[in-house]
Amino acid sequence: MAGPRTLFDKIWDAHLVDQQADGTCLIFIDRHLVHEVTSPQAFEGLRNTGRKVRRPDLTLAVPDHNVPTENRDKGIEEEESRIQVEALTTNCKEFGIQLFGMDDIRQGICHVIGPEQGFTLPGTTMVCGDSHTATHGAFGSLAFGIGTSEVEHVLASQTMIQTKAKNMRISVDGALPVGITAKDMILAIIGKIGTAGGTGCVVEYAGEAVRNLDMAGRMTVCNMTIEAGARAGLIAPDEKTFEYLMGRPMSPKGATWEMALTYWKSLPSDPGAKYDVEVTLNARDITPMVTWGTSPEDVVPITGHVPDPKDIADEGKRKKLERSLAYMGLTPGTAMQDVRIDKMFIGSCTNSRIEDLRAAAVIVKGRKKADHVQALVVPGSGLVKEQAESEGLDKIFTDAGFEWRDAGCSMCLAMNNDKLKPGERSASTSNRNFEGRQGPGGRTHLLSPAMAAAAAIKGHLADVREFN
Amino acid sequence: MEKFTSLTGVAAPLPMVNVDTDMIIPARFLKSIKRTGFGPSLFYTLRYDEQGKERPDFVLNQPAYRKAKILVAGTNFGCGSSREHAPWALDNFGIRCVIAPDFADIFYNNAFKNGMLLIRLPQEQIDQLTHDAENGANATFTVDLESQEIRRPDGGVIKFDIDPFKKHCLLNGLDDIGLTLQKGTKISSYEEKMKAAQPWL
Repeated sequence: MAGPRTLFDKIWDAHLVDQQADGTCLIFIDRHLVHEVTSPQAFEGLRNTGRKVRRPDLTLAVPDHNVPTENRDKGIEEEESRIQVEALTTNCKEFGIQLFGMDDIRQGICHVIGPEQGFTLPGTTMVCGDSHTATHGAFGSLAFGIGTSEVEHVLASQTMIQTKAKNMRISVDGALPVGITAKDMILAIIGKIGTAGGTGCVVEYAGEAVRNLDMAGRMTVCNMTIEAGARAGLIAPDEKTFEYLMGRPMSPKGATWEMALTYWKSLPSDPGAKYDVEVTLNARDITPMVTWGTSPEDVVPITGHVPDPKDIADEGKRKKLERSLAYMGLTPGTAMQDVRIDKMFIGSCTNSRIEDLRAAAVIVKGRKKADHVQALVVPGSGLVKEQAESEGLDKIFTDAGFEWRDAGCSMCLAMNNDKLKPGERSASTSNRNFEGRQGPGGRTHLLSPAMAAAAAIKGHLADVREFN
Repeated sequence: MEKFTSLTGVAAPLPMVNVDTDMIIPARFLKSIKRTGFGPSLFYTLRYDEQGKERPDFVLNQPAYRKAKILVAGTNFGCGSSREHAPWALDNFGIRCVIAPDFADIFYNNAFKNGMLLIRLPQEQIDQLTHDAENGANATFTVDLESQEIRRPDGGVIKFDIDPFKKHCLLNGLDDIGLTLQKGTKISSYEEKMKAAQPWL
């Protein structure tokens, strides 16, 4: 292969099954995660055409979007949700796919359990019918969110038709200031490049501040790559990656582990590799971030204010801002720290790992939530929940008046009973503040787990640095 | 897959940027296990008020646009969630073609897998087509895929680009799973090669 290559180039080249004259490629998929919402029509398609799942051994299924996070022993109350979860169980049985059902301690959000089980590995290609599949890029896995037709395509053929994306590198130089997290970093990045800033690209995150992140932080950053419009996010695997994966249930073992390690160490981008787009941020400029609007690009430091449409010259952008502010019920010029919240949500594939819960617990310990706030803590998996309980984190949360729930997607997208009522406002560690995302008429402010905890305690958005 | 050759119909203007797939169809309507029946939920929050009654000012509720087949939209249309329910909802409503300055990647792919045509055009031309579309029932466009042309109500023509493979699949209504499975031998030999090279997979 001629010339120095990027991490993305290397994974792409290694997975090419076929390339047509027009540039359309067929790439092999090493890992496929399946959940209940985007898969039933794909299985139905297989059934209608008499096709089989080509590689059930490379496929792992889990219900997460619809599942209740309390009173789980009573099953799923809502009929449609129950039917969807039951359909997943039936389909997995019929097609021979491994399933972590609702009563399995390994059940959780698909993007939490993949890494947790060692299903996610460096240098692999991975897909899931969910846009936050980019999460797995934290391990140097080329991971795409896909639609249901593509889910069916992968189930039937273990391949995907694609044209190669462009290479984009986002470097965060220097060290993050104390108390600034991966969530603040990715919100700052999206604020800088915009919600379509990565369209048509695979993003590689690099630089000292990215290297310094632990695996949970790297997953948070890669997870929200889709909010910048990119096809996938990647971080080169290193010792932290290998240490995380060693001994996981599905990780390679013994001599195979050594063989894999040698390969994984060859994956980082070659010196002099070319990127089509380069963006650089200085870590020292990043502060605790919070969103004010209805797109993840609508970010401002917690010390900032709600923007004023009068300051915007472009008519389209001004109209969008006016619409966002009307939806959010915010007045231009309001200090973000004066924005009162009704609910707090710590959870989602962005921020529900043990490290996220620990960071929130540090702020919560010995304090009480504000009386008017309902605070939900939803661990990313049954195993995260178990780990947190063994560390006494559940007690810290419940002593402060927070609710300690079972694992699932929960109020990130409000497909179960966890949702905002019209006009209610949340401080949320999830990934999208779109209109109606957390319930019709609900208003979402995205922030880090520690910032969410701070908001629940104060009863309004607050600067976590004042808690130290 | 349904073929797409030529489409003549009313075009509805939706000049909003960053229309996300939660806006196209909110998550609470994703609970069906079928591919159909999503049309009534299309643009739910824009289309209906809190009581579930139609908002008369929303474009698809206006008499001229109730049977629109084409949508002229703003940039980054279809961003956010990968839900294929978004193109299904548009298709179920009767919209088979969306024209915008740019689309989010996953939505773009999903739409083509359902025999829908998405067309990217520079903002200037989008502005012209939006203006045309605002003329209501008179705003009938013809989108011809073979010649890659949009014929405007005044007879004017706008050319568009499209990936040749996507064009081929649309014109012939090809099921790409069927096409891929014809390459079964190539997939098998890839699997054999990797089994030796990377046994941990």
